[in-house]
Amino acid sequence: MIISLVSAILVLAGLVFFLGAAVGLIRFPDFYTRMHAAGKGDTLSSLLVILGLAIYQLRDFESIAHDWPVILIILKLIAISLFILITSPTSTHALIDAGWEDEVKATIHEGRKNALAEDRNPS
Amino acid sequence: MTFEHFSIGAGVALLILMIPAMWRLSVGPSALDRIVAVNVIGTKTAVLLVVIGTIFERVEMFVDFALAYAMLNFLGSLAASRYLHKIPSQARGPATEPDSGSPSRPS
Repeated sequence: MIISLVSAILVLAGLVFFLGAAVGLIRFPDFYTRMHAAGKGDTLSSLLVILGLAIYQLRDFESIAHDWPVILIILKLIAISLFILITSPTSTHALIDAGWEDEVKATIHEGRKNALAEDRNPS
Repeated sequence: MTFEHFSIGAGVALLILMIPAMWRLSVGPSALDRIVAVNVIGTKTAVLLVVIGTIFERVEMFVDFALAYAMLNFLGSLAASRYLHKIPSQARGPATEPDSGSPSRPS
């Protein structure tokens, strides 16, 4: 019962972060900010949901000798979450790098200055 | 309410949260935005496979599907971003026009 509760709380937290990523993907003005929302939100919420479901596998756990397939499933779920933890920021970085090399315009508000422009055109 | 009902609700919520990514996939405005949307949908699909395995009580099977899908998603988005790194920017749509010189500053 307590395991189901902890697992449900983790899955709900992951769904909240997925909602944040989806809202950011719709609402943000340019490519870099959309990439920011999608990359961060997806990584954290995938980790939360998968780890929550991994904890739920422990619901009928008695001993390692009796329940070793459950341990195997949990290890695979942890492997998936570690894989997402490594690859999602990597693909985010590769996409942002492609956008930066192609000189995608960033949306700068009135009265603000683009601090990264000096990085591109060193004076 | 059992955990199975909760898992079904979580899966439906994940499916509904794919709709904004689908919208971003269809309206663009640039090809890189579409790749971002595909990446988001792929990550959500890998999570959704684990949720489906929990609903059917066959996680030991679906967890391998989820791992393979996560790897394919990573390879796909990485290959697409490396490909778009090379081609000239006028083939890409209105949002990727080159930034001419210094950015807009207040005068």
